[in-house]
Amino acid sequence: MIFAVVSLSAIGLISAVVLYLIAQKFKVVEDPRIGTVEESLPAANCGGCGFAGCRNFAEALVKKADDEKSLEGLNCPVGGAEVMKKVAAVLELEAVETEPMIAVVRCQGSYNNAPSKVRYEGAATCAFAHNLYAGTSGCAYGCLGLGDCVAACIFDAIHMDPETGLPVVNDKCTACGACVKACPRNIIELRFKGKKDRRIYVGCVNKEKGGPARKNCTVACIGCGKCVEACAYEAITLVDNLAYIDFVKCRLCRKCAPVCPTDAILEINFPLKKDKEAEPAGGKKATVETSTDSSPADADKKAPAEGDGLIISENK
Amino acid sequence: MSLLTVSGSPHIHSDQPVPKIMYGVVIAMIPAMLVSFYFFGLGAAKVMLTSILACLFFEWVIQKYLLRGPLTINDGSALVTGVLLAFNVPSSLPVWMTITGAFVAIAVAKMSFGGLGQNPFNPALVGRVFLLMSFPVQMTTWPIPKPLFGGTAVTDAISGPTTLGIVKEGLDAGKTVSELLPQLPTYAGELLGNQGGSLGEVSAIALLIGAAWMFWKKIITWHIPVSYILAVVIFSGIFWLINPEQYLDPVFHLITGGMMLGVFYMATDMVSSPINTKGMLIFGAGCGILTMIIRLWGGYPEGVSFAILIMNAFTPLINRSFKPRRFGVVKPS
Amino acid sequence: MCALKTFRNGGVHPPENKLSVTSAIEVFPVPRQAVIPVNQNLGAPATPLVNKGEAVKVGQLIAKGESFISSNVHSSVSGKVLKIDEMIDQTGFRKKAIVISVDGDEWDPSIDRSPMLKKEITLSKEDIVKKIHEMGIVGLGGATFPSHVKLMVPEGKKPEYLIINGVECEPYLTADHRLMLEKTAEIIVGVRILMKGLGVEKAIIGIENNKPDAIRKMAEAASEYPQILVQGLKVKYPQGGEKQLINALLGREVPSGKLPIEVGCLVNNVGTAFAVYEAVQKNKPLIERIVTVTGKTIARPSNYLVRIGTPVQELLLSAQADLDRTGKVVSGGPMMGKALNSLEVPVVKGTSGVLLFAEEHSSRIQLRACIRCGRCVGVCPMGLEPVLLAQYSARSMWDNAESNLIMDCMECGSCHYTCPSGRPLLDYIRMGKNKVGQNIRNRGKK
Repeated sequence: MIFAVVSLSAIGLISAVVLYLIAQKFKVVEDPRIGTVEESLPAANCGGCGFAGCRNFAEALVKKADDEKSLEGLNCPVGGAEVMKKVAAVLELEAVETEPMIAVVRCQGSYNNAPSKVRYEGAATCAFAHNLYAGTSGCAYGCLGLGDCVAACIFDAIHMDPETGLPVVNDKCTACGACVKACPRNIIELRFKGKKDRRIYVGCVNKEKGGPARKNCTVACIGCGKCVEACAYEAITLVDNLAYIDFVKCRLCRKCAPVCPTDAILEINFPLKKDKEAEPAGGKKATVETSTDSSPADADKKAPAEGDGLIISENK
Repeated sequence: MSLLTVSGSPHIHSDQPVPKIMYGVVIAMIPAMLVSFYFFGLGAAKVMLTSILACLFFEWVIQKYLLRGPLTINDGSALVTGVLLAFNVPSSLPVWMTITGAFVAIAVAKMSFGGLGQNPFNPALVGRVFLLMSFPVQMTTWPIPKPLFGGTAVTDAISGPTTLGIVKEGLDAGKTVSELLPQLPTYAGELLGNQGGSLGEVSAIALLIGAAWMFWKKIITWHIPVSYILAVVIFSGIFWLINPEQYLDPVFHLITGGMMLGVFYMATDMVSSPINTKGMLIFGAGCGILTMIIRLWGGYPEGVSFAILIMNAFTPLINRSFKPRRFGVVKPS
Repeated sequence: MCALKTFRNGGVHPPENKLSVTSAIEVFPVPRQAVIPVNQNLGAPATPLVNKGEAVKVGQLIAKGESFISSNVHSSVSGKVLKIDEMIDQTGFRKKAIVISVDGDEWDPSIDRSPMLKKEITLSKEDIVKKIHEMGIVGLGGATFPSHVKLMVPEGKKPEYLIINGVECEPYLTADHRLMLEKTAEIIVGVRILMKGLGVEKAIIGIENNKPDAIRKMAEAASEYPQILVQGLKVKYPQGGEKQLINALLGREVPSGKLPIEVGCLVNNVGTAFAVYEAVQKNKPLIERIVTVTGKTIARPSNYLVRIGTPVQELLLSAQADLDRTGKVVSGGPMMGKALNSLEVPVVKGTSGVLLFAEEHSSRIQLRACIRCGRCVGVCPMGLEPVLLAQYSARSMWDNAESNLIMDCMECGSCHYTCPSGRPLLDYIRMGKNKVGQNIRNRGKK
């Protein structure tokens, strides 16, 4: 009995010493701030910041703070303002508020608006269907409804509406950009959430001429240009038969939507003027950039990359 | 005109969906089923029916209430497992043990891995080995076959060991092969089924007829059976040539025990065997060698189940290591 | 002629259903309006040369191929250009096309319309290639690769054999079969022209042995030219793929990622050989082609000689298609053809057939879990593992897909055809090829 106690204790002690020595020998010296910064981050490892996980982002933050004394351009969309303030505090920098953003689905080609002309059968992923054919309604730019965006979202923020066949974004959206990358037709865009959660955008990305576009979908943008004229702030541009509202310049004055002949412009969360309500309100986190000089925040940096072609998300 | 369908090519399909394959295997097993009823009577029918119903029930209840997913009991795979499990047990096995075996085969070996297509091991074999480990006595007591009409029983006893069991015990006790031969059924008996054993093990001919059907319908390919048989013949043949008094001849090995059943029905289970032909040949050969090692020097008289399960474990490695010959890729010399 | 051969790896045997094999080629009437896309080939689209309101004649050059891999487009009808607009193509996308309102049938006077056979080849090797370029000839087997580019052998490569594809391995299609029966002598002249244009001494014409009459006739016509051999082949899909055809006829394997010229071969379809004959000997550009209109809901399966730009709907009407019972319309064969989104699409240079499926045959079989049976691996003619490639594509594992040679896949569909679980293998592999191809191109750009 005594022998057992003594021998096991001895083994324990020797192992402890050995482990300690090895730990000392193979210790990796690193900046302790990286660990502290990483603790302030939400640990979602979603990649919304553009880095490979929260650890990687923490390293980048510390490096940038040391090199440039600012964290401009680095932002955690999931953690938002709170988290960036904490990080700024750890790194002894100042935090500056920026506009919160949300994902917006710029297509209203529902089963009603864009009736099906063919029946699709095949792999249930937009990435494949996008190259196979134009779409069940014939619109080569519209939503295919197979849910690559839904599969890409790790925040449970986007779901297919079975009534319309279109994806719908809810409160939980952190504007990480995963759905934007997943959509092969670049239909989803990150835009400002807007004051009182209000935003106005063109719910169409169809670049065909008015006639063919309208034939496939009753609420398509026909490129008539009336909205461009109506806007007093030069926020609307017309390129390739498609109107686009710049969300930085837009003042939410609501002059453009009523003049649109096809009701392609959507106004979200405004008081009922006419019968125009579409998506539910959403979002809670603010995105924050920190910098020592108080330059106006440029949230445009989070806009999705165009022309990325086929990015395929996990499929069910 | 209703809407045109748009899909990627090809727009035609071969006529062998999964249910056709599974039911094809069941049809192939009918001759062996009939033989087992002939030799073992009502006991066989009881075990067969229990096994089939239990397997179907467990798959249905798990899919409907636990997984809440689509029901796939009509694709025939649970039916195949049920029949194969019954083939692997003696006809005197109590009903509740059969049900337990079915539960292990379906719920543990198949559904817990994700259902059809995801199981790494052959479900029927897992069930069988579980029963063997848990109820060794009942699983190693075989009723003597009593032909329903015509023919004579081998002995007057009610139960006895299998042919391989007799041989193993005898050789261990120091007897030679020629001394043991009179105790064993004749070749003809073994081929037809007049030997002790589990339901599906006894009649090599019935199993061969079923195998021929499966080859004709292109349900299985020749690679695994042929490599398995060749490995067995070569391995046992070498030892038999060295010392015919200690080792039985290859033909004997082929027609006794679960060999025919294992070669054509168990080792060829698609889910747990390799996907390309090179891998299949390696798999079959491995099964053959392992079976013989266990039979000759292992603790059990019968090695087929264990050999196949061990090779099932190697299947992912085989799949990764042996790729089909790529067209236009010349291996650098 | 020697004993039957076939290619080594894989392959499937879909039922042949050659419903239209006894229908002789019928000249289809000129349509009232022709929609001629400016891109009917692999490669860059052609640039339109005509304007709205301009009068055109049959055979007139209306769009010029400007880049290296592009092809000229000629008017197949005479009349006035109605508009140059984005028109729906077979996949439902809108592509630029020249729409011509047809008036009469006036041909360009430089085209020799006499039916007399012209055996003597007067043009030089370089002029032959130039002529093929001028006349807008593309591969009529379905790939529509510009034929003049194919004949331009890269530096350092030596062509040895011209292989002519008379296999027509796709079920239902009989265009090439009828062409071989009815225009045998012309095809042989076309083969000789191609041999001269390529600069080879030997040619082999591969024909599957479900066409014994074609083998006989072609062998007879080729008998006076010992350099042209007619070889019968066992029926197996996809024997018409150029790599498989070369393997079947000569036993050679085109190295992975390379072209047939690496093993000294060049493959052309019989239809292309005929088009080359008409181009070089009769100065006729590619303005019409044989289209098989077939299917179980067609009362009169036929082989029509159709002007490019004719609406598919007109063909179906003439062949007495029962559109109410039809669930799917495919341009091409059932294994590699494209399902049409709308019937208002024109016949283009690559349209080898229009195939109708009844409602009950328009859906895929029930989708089930993969049972790892390995049938897809067994039938792949390129020795790939479709089950793995499809999984890699579905899970975005592009590097694994690339290292398992997904780019070698020729999209024949044998894997998808055989899968007992109805897995959409080819859908995912196509998606993977697309993405991996992009990755490779991006890497090259860096």
